[in-house]
Amino acid sequence: MSVRIIPRLDIKGPHLVKGVHLEGLRILGLPELFAERYYQDGADELIYLDQVASLYGRNHLAEIVSRAAERIFIPLTVGGGVRSVQDIQALLRAGADKIAINTAAISRPELIREGSRAFGSQCIVLYVEAKQRAPGSYECLTDNARERTGLDVFEWVQRAAELGAGEILLTSVDREGTGKGYDLELVSRVAGLVDIPVIASGGAGDVAHVQQVIDEGCADAVCAASLFHYALTDEMAGALQPERFTEGNVEFLKRALPLTSLGRRHINPIRIPALKARLWNPVAQSA
Amino acid sequence: MEPGGPERVTIIDYGLGNLFSLQRALAHLGVPGEVTEDPGKIRDAVRLILPGVGAFGDGMQQLRARGLVAPLLEAASRACPLLGICLGMQLLFTESEEFGRHEGLDLIRGRVRRLHPQRPDGRRVKVPHVGWSALRLPPGRSDWSGASLRRHQPGEAMYFVHSYVPCPESESVVTAVMEYGGRAYCAVVESGSLLGVQFHPEKSGEPGLRLLKQFVERPHLERIGIQ
Repeated sequence: MSVRIIPRLDIKGPHLVKGVHLEGLRILGLPELFAERYYQDGADELIYLDQVASLYGRNHLAEIVSRAAERIFIPLTVGGGVRSVQDIQALLRAGADKIAINTAAISRPELIREGSRAFGSQCIVLYVEAKQRAPGSYECLTDNARERTGLDVFEWVQRAAELGAGEILLTSVDREGTGKGYDLELVSRVAGLVDIPVIASGGAGDVAHVQQVIDEGCADAVCAASLFHYALTDEMAGALQPERFTEGNVEFLKRALPLTSLGRRHINPIRIPALKARLWNPVAQSA
Repeated sequence: MEPGGPERVTIIDYGLGNLFSLQRALAHLGVPGEVTEDPGKIRDAVRLILPGVGAFGDGMQQLRARGLVAPLLEAASRACPLLGICLGMQLLFTESEEFGRHEGLDLIRGRVRRLHPQRPDGRRVKVPHVGWSALRLPPGRSDWSGASLRRHQPGEAMYFVHSYVPCPESESVVTAVMEYGGRAYCAVVESGSLLGVQFHPEKSGEPGLRLLKQFVERPHLERIGIQ
């Protein structure tokens, strides 16, 4: 039972959002309500990723994390737009425990070394957005999968581990938001290349996918967003108050659209306690 | 101090790691926590926490550079309750083999060793260990009554981030063990007024907060030297 189960909260402005392939972001509600529920449900950690910070500069992220850290006492990983040791320090001060870095680490790999020297390796999470370019070949993308780098994922994760990264958050851009399952080849190859823990992300649509990425992908931790978020949207409906959201894609909130109407046919949402019960006690479940 | 109210906890800042989470957890429990590197405040503390992440050698070097070793030993010698967390727990021991051999505070006899990189069956084990592991009773112990885990049940999990772990000379100081990679390791040690935990109670949800609460409410063994 050592594999960690980690909800991922994608943040845009003050909102919790979710897209497909990191695009087409749809507002799901208030991140603090989801985060609090995940904490009560026994999430092992939480990951916050600001989806636009790299493009438009930091806005609400530190504030969201700061509110969460006063009430939620599990590790909080935070990323999006982190460019310097000062940015890392600011997010740690706000309440983050680990900082996820993608774009800035690729443009200046020394940031990984500087961050791990200053705050410890356990603090620095390499965030990888992996896009398949040919069978067995993956390229790192940056800026929420908007920019190509030409950098090979397998070379980069090894380099980053040598520079002092403490964990790797590995997102398959191709699978992200689709519910079609994790990219097992991608995850298992990275997990075999580095000694640091690998957090698999992108594609979880049901319990079987999570089981697969643990058994076949050899993931040390499992991250999912849609799988958990959509299990809460009914419960949160009363608290969501779509009129509070003045900008962005709020159609989902206003119309309470079923998942199937929006191309989420592949997602069978589940709450964390039920997921854990089925992963760790399959016999009890079938009895 | 308010009669019956929480006493101030002094958190030792020696430049390693992130102390904000610990402060927040104490604030949540309603306990005033002061982060300091002032040797005088550490020597005269009512209750001490030695936190820390990173390498053992760096930790001792930073404690020495700030002149904090003697005040710490002095506080320990008058039985000031002292909680060591993660690296802070390891520093309580005699020595460590992390990047060479380094001497520790030697408040508890024993050596800090690297986690075993293989399971007993030869399969690879990831080091560092990052994640949740259940606390278990060590061999020969039937419960946690009288220990700092008196409010916990075997099987409750805590959050660990470490590559090294202490191996005490005497098994009698081990309150709890945990399992990683098919092997049992020391997770909680207690010796007199000293309490050491390899995990992060401030990041272990409600069970972690319960342990911190137990520590801050724990009565002093002696009152000598406390104003």
